[in-house]
Amino acid sequence: MSVSPKPPTYAWEFPDRIKATLSHWGRLVNAYTSYFQIYILGPILLYSIWWITSSAELVSPRLLPGPNETFHQLWMSVVYGDLLLDFWGTLKRTLYAFGIAAAFGIPIGVMLGASRKIYGSVEFVVDFFRSTPATAMFPLFLLLFGIGQEAQIAVAAFAALLIVLFSAAYGVINATKTRVLAARVMGANRWRVFKDVMVYESLPQTFVGLRTGISLALVVIIVAEMFIGSSNGLGRRIIDAQQVYDLREMYASIIATGVMGYSLNLLFIAIERRVVRWIH
Amino acid sequence: MSVIPKVHQQVPTVAPHANSAQPRSRSHITVRGLTKRFARRTLYQNFDLDLPQGRITTVFGPNGCGKSTLINMIAGLLPIDSGQILFDGKELRDITFGYVFQNYREALFPWMRARDNIAYPLRIRGASKAECNRRVEELAASFDIGFDLNLRPFNLSGGQQQLVSIMRALAPNPEVLFLDEPFSALDYEMTLFIRDRLQAIFMETGITMIVVSHDLEEAVFLADEVFLLSKPPTRVAKVIRVDPQRPRTDQTLSDPDFVATKAECLRVFQQEVRR
Repeated sequence: MSVSPKPPTYAWEFPDRIKATLSHWGRLVNAYTSYFQIYILGPILLYSIWWITSSAELVSPRLLPGPNETFHQLWMSVVYGDLLLDFWGTLKRTLYAFGIAAAFGIPIGVMLGASRKIYGSVEFVVDFFRSTPATAMFPLFLLLFGIGQEAQIAVAAFAALLIVLFSAAYGVINATKTRVLAARVMGANRWRVFKDVMVYESLPQTFVGLRTGISLALVVIIVAEMFIGSSNGLGRRIIDAQQVYDLREMYASIIATGVMGYSLNLLFIAIERRVVRWIH
Repeated sequence: MSVIPKVHQQVPTVAPHANSAQPRSRSHITVRGLTKRFARRTLYQNFDLDLPQGRITTVFGPNGCGKSTLINMIAGLLPIDSGQILFDGKELRDITFGYVFQNYREALFPWMRARDNIAYPLRIRGASKAECNRRVEELAASFDIGFDLNLRPFNLSGGQQQLVSIMRALAPNPEVLFLDEPFSALDYEMTLFIRDRLQAIFMETGITMIVVSHDLEEAVFLADEVFLLSKPPTRVAKVIRVDPQRPRTDQTLSDPDFVATKAECLRVFQQEVRR
């Protein structure tokens, strides 16, 4: 005896009329918007909310200046003020820290990855310090390097180094087995397999590490500028503006910091696309 | 159990090659007392094998009988537990051989142009740029390829990539060419094309080829001898000679001899699967 399957019943079904209306509007939006329009929708929305909130004084204007005033302040600080000097100071320190991290992290990471035994023996240490917030090391680095930008760069470099190192090692360890075998079967010795295959295989992962590393270096540098004696830099500028309650200046400096972080990220994605073209 | 290949008398259309003075059925690869265990399973126990020189040998058998494992062990990709594998009396490290992987996507180097991939085994051997270029052009001409070798692998189709893999394996003029299911990741059109090119290369060079196959028709079509393996512990169930002359074409597929040979292979295969 066969029972014909009953159509499944749900406690509540989405009303068909609403469903039809929604999909109708969805299709209309899709038909009349391009990717670019969708892309700028977010910023426009944020700007509108910000503008409405501040001009309707939903938040005290002492805490939230309007977007136009903030961008005007940003413009004035760039053109007539010394924001660019601070910007350059922060950028320079970030790049120094990042440079140190990359110069040591990549070769050491690749070497560690190539030897399972050495990697196994240091994995815990690397992982432990990678998981320790770099900012917890400020006092230590202050003792070691004294108050000044050397300490800031050292902490940021330390934090970024561990991430770069770990990613490079990880990339080597996860190299495609077939390619390594292919090189070996063609008669490549260990050194050739390493330099012709492993290094390239680790590149995509290394780039992920480099991108994360430079973001973290920027974070640490900004915090260090705020709390470890520093006479310039965007971190210093933000905290100074906050201390004298110049909120326009504070927001403008925050935006400048964001511009730096975002640009660095874009730059790295562009480099990555060029170098590891086989991934994309 | 050792298998003594029967003497092949009918080789009129096969072009002579460097070793033509020697009897053509001479054993090239000898495997003696090969044993290989995986965890709990014994795959090969005291296994003997003789693969003929200057022939295309295809290896076919039930799932899990270790076809690929066998050529991987012979090509040194997998360690053996015990036994001896000799090539004309020489060890693996003293000969030049080529190996074509099933998965070309993971076997080619995407950071090199196709031509640099092909030249890579030559570069390892310390060949100059000019020598490499000459050899690559030579291979490109004999394969009659219709694409730009300056492209990188990810800009080539699957079939073209596998063609590049085969050219790479052939670049150092190997004595033996191993192919591990070379067509299994290709579409039918490309399979036919590469199968033809392989046969042409074989007729031109007479290089010993060992092909693992999972498709019976393909195995019989390419082969001078089909080695049918049993279920583990693996033995050679039967060696079947394939007689139709080369070059074999689409017509060969309906040739009564060919059909009969294929049927015989299938019979042995079924018998082994059911055993």
